[in-house]
Amino acid sequence: MRKCIITVVGKDQVGIIAKVCNYLAEANINVLDISQTIVDGYFNMMTVVDVSAADRDFSVYAEDLEKLGEGMGLIIRCQRSEIFEKMHRL
Amino acid sequence: MINIYEVNETNQMIDEENLDVRTITLGISLLDCVDTDLDRLNEKIYRKITTLAENLVSTGEEIEKEFGIPIVNKRISVTPIALVGASACKSPEDFVSIAKTLDRAALKVGVNFIGGYSALVSKAMTKSDEDLIRSIPEALACTERICSSVNVGSTRTGINMDAVRLCGQIVKDTAEATKDRDSLGCAKLVVFCNAPDDNPFMAGAFLGVTEGDAVINVGVSGPGVVKHAIEKVRGKGFEELCETIKKTAFKITRVGQLVAGEASKRMGIPFGIIDLSLAPTPAVGDSVAEILEEIGLSQVGAPGTTAALAMLNDQVKKGGVMASSYVGGLSGAFIPVSEDKGMIDAVQAGTLTMEKLEAMTCVCSVGLDMIAIPGKTSAATISGIIADEMAIGMVNQKTTAVRLIPVIGKDVGETAQFGGLLGYAPIIPVNEADCSAFINRQGRIPAPIHSFKN
Repeated sequence: MRKCIITVVGKDQVGIIAKVCNYLAEANINVLDISQTIVDGYFNMMTVVDVSAADRDFSVYAEDLEKLGEGMGLIIRCQRSEIFEKMHRL
Repeated sequence: MINIYEVNETNQMIDEENLDVRTITLGISLLDCVDTDLDRLNEKIYRKITTLAENLVSTGEEIEKEFGIPIVNKRISVTPIALVGASACKSPEDFVSIAKTLDRAALKVGVNFIGGYSALVSKAMTKSDEDLIRSIPEALACTERICSSVNVGSTRTGINMDAVRLCGQIVKDTAEATKDRDSLGCAKLVVFCNAPDDNPFMAGAFLGVTEGDAVINVGVSGPGVVKHAIEKVRGKGFEELCETIKKTAFKITRVGQLVAGEASKRMGIPFGIIDLSLAPTPAVGDSVAEILEEIGLSQVGAPGTTAALAMLNDQVKKGGVMASSYVGGLSGAFIPVSEDKGMIDAVQAGTLTMEKLEAMTCVCSVGLDMIAIPGKTSAATISGIIADEMAIGMVNQKTTAVRLIPVIGKDVGETAQFGGLLGYAPIIPVNEADCSAFINRQGRIPAPIHSFKN
């Protein structure tokens, strides 16, 4: 398994999760976990995904997701999960 | 599993608190390039660097993208050139040709600095060492990416005062040779005591002869992250303050360890060390001075500064050591004046003086760093300042360094502009009382009594 963490931050609106998940399905990226909160009206989502079977390169889906976010006024970022695990877990 | 708050904390550090990996430095041994023929030597050096470092920049960029962490610099350090060129170089001019080769190689692989135009002369100088040192002004004036250093003392050997005297003159000559750029050459020249073999930070990086053929060393940073973390313990006791700094240093260093491991794996080059440093930049919120001010000083330089810095330096090491499998380099808090907005402001306000900076170097990771002084300062005075700083390193068994910029044509009240990460610096007054009779004595200061440990 090769885990990435996708974060979505921005103004809450209809269809955020749907659009992100649609893209992930199209790229053959499996969603392992989703959590979200709304802070001061701002949508804040974290998705843990397994990219080991992805049909495209990291740079392609990371950029596609970023563009998808730009189209909706959101910041979408995809990062390998190790940076968080290393920092927050012994 | 990682939760959303932890993810947000990491990303906030990156987005708002300037968390970055300051440098991935590829150390390359040039010992196997040694040749008696200068042209062949230059060719071998160029080939070895451009082959080994071919993917350094692209690997760094890949890691940046995948983990979402900026890696500000990708750099190279090499074996001290005084050793590499000893057989082929008969004059300072011959060494300059190696500087040009290194500069070309750095340009080719896309790194902004290459360190190791260096000589290690803590006890005495060979002819080759002296030729290299004498070539430094010309080498730094006719290249863009070369960084140079001279180790003139150590706890085990004492201080080579002949080299200190020479280096005072060389600093001055380098300033003169680059006076059209506010004496920028001196920003790339460091005089050391107890120089480490594995330092990834410029301008003092070189790959010591104790190292392997190639090695990845990584320098972490993050003053902004520490500052933000300790804002939350304002007014609390030292125990809580120190715990907070340690925990933050741990987190920062873990990112460095991750990046170092990835770079090593992808390039097929062994990982050497993490340098756990708080390295500031001129950007607002990326300042070591601001941390000291958050600890409780109205401005850096105020009474209490040395104690606060000593504590900060120690906590950074305590937190960072456990986060990395190997720690080395300089490791601690850097206090380069021109590269730290808070330091610049304190010098401008007159709160931070040369003497206070010297005191601070007793307890921080390096020394008198990126300090602009009047261009008219004499070579003997510069040597005197170097000797003082070397003595601090020798006696305290720590690395100390001097990177002074006598800005030719400028005086106290004016500002030197270096640009980019090197920043800008108000020119600081220097005690001009004559020390030339001391500096003109020949020979070396013996090693201190506590160096005899066998």
